[in-house]
Amino acid sequence: MSSPHDPNGVPTPATVVSEPQSVVSDATEIEPMVAKPDGPRDAANWARQSSNLKVSAAPGNQVNNVDGRSAVGPLQGFGKMWQKTYRLRLVGCLASPEEVIAAWKENFPKFWPRGNRFYVPLTGIAPGEVAMLTVRPGGMPLSTGVLVLYADDESFTLMTPQGHMFAGWITFSAFTQDDATVAQAQVLMRANDPIYEIGLTMGGHRAEDKFWKKTLTAVGSHFNVNDQPVSTEVVCVDPRLRWSYAGNIFQNAAIRTTLLGPTRWFRKA
Amino acid sequence: MADTAITMTVRRVDAQISIIDINGDVTAFAEPELMRAYTEATEPSARAIVLNFTNLQYMNSSGIGLIVTLLIRMNRLKQRLLAYGLSEHYTHIFELTRLNEAIGVYPTENAAVAAAARER
Repeated sequence: MSSPHDPNGVPTPATVVSEPQSVVSDATEIEPMVAKPDGPRDAANWARQSSNLKVSAAPGNQVNNVDGRSAVGPLQGFGKMWQKTYRLRLVGCLASPEEVIAAWKENFPKFWPRGNRFYVPLTGIAPGEVAMLTVRPGGMPLSTGVLVLYADDESFTLMTPQGHMFAGWITFSAFTQDDATVAQAQVLMRANDPIYEIGLTMGGHRAEDKFWKKTLTAVGSHFNVNDQPVSTEVVCVDPRLRWSYAGNIFQNAAIRTTLLGPTRWFRKA
Repeated sequence: MADTAITMTVRRVDAQISIIDINGDVTAFAEPELMRAYTEATEPSARAIVLNFTNLQYMNSSGIGLIVTLLIRMNRLKQRLLAYGLSEHYTHIFELTRLNEAIGVYPTENAAVAAAARER
């Protein structure tokens, strides 16, 4: 997921170090579900239903391309639908899947490749939280965010808002296979609009693969696993373009960041 | 990977409509069982499948991803996917993930089967 990035669709590795920072998200509308004693076991793991994402304060000078937007899944995007799975076997590491995911949640921004920023919500990666992020596809800053759609002890899923490069979600998980803990990132997404689709075709997919391979390599290094390859499995789930969603271009966060970015100083003054 | 607690049984309404009863947990580990049930449900010529979630015990985001990929596969084959038996909680999950925009969700089996029959 499946499956939550990259330039021309995906963040490009650049020179600025990813820094863990906090952002205030308004949890009044998006809260984790509270499990009732007789309720479903997963009730506390999902974000609550909300039509619009709320972020009351964008960090730094970031353009707020998240507040008021809807979260979108892979069914609401424009481009071809892809499922990409990146895996790293933590051979020789004694950490359990739960310990890997706990470390991943805690160090999420540190594991991102340089040049990209993920602003962790004050309460951490928890269901219903909204995190802002800045990536640099093709070297240009793009401010957007993600909703923590789901989180439990062995996985968590980030869902994208309107305007993000992707419509979909990415699931980070860990499990045991053949006596080794495996860390996995699985993306299930479409490009959100025609511009992003062109970007993905012109190198964006390659950059996204690089992004998540670097991320998983960083996860491995955290557990002193430095000699294992990251495997990649790519499936085109749906090769069709969804022209009925071409209008998503009006929410394009890259365009908005480029146009509004230079004016943010005046608006703040 | 550990096995998940999931069983799926297929009931045939008629030549073109089948129901898959889901019992247990829908996670990534449910994929082989879901694909087996889907293959059984669509043979030889079913055009609509109704998922019965009445006995769904647990679903995570990977489980939602499975349903999405099943939906896309069926759309490409001009087949229709419908659902019923979702609890209030899972109805909310379908709305949150916006699956309800692509899968017809009905309160009862009769309503779902009637909808499937109308559209063939």
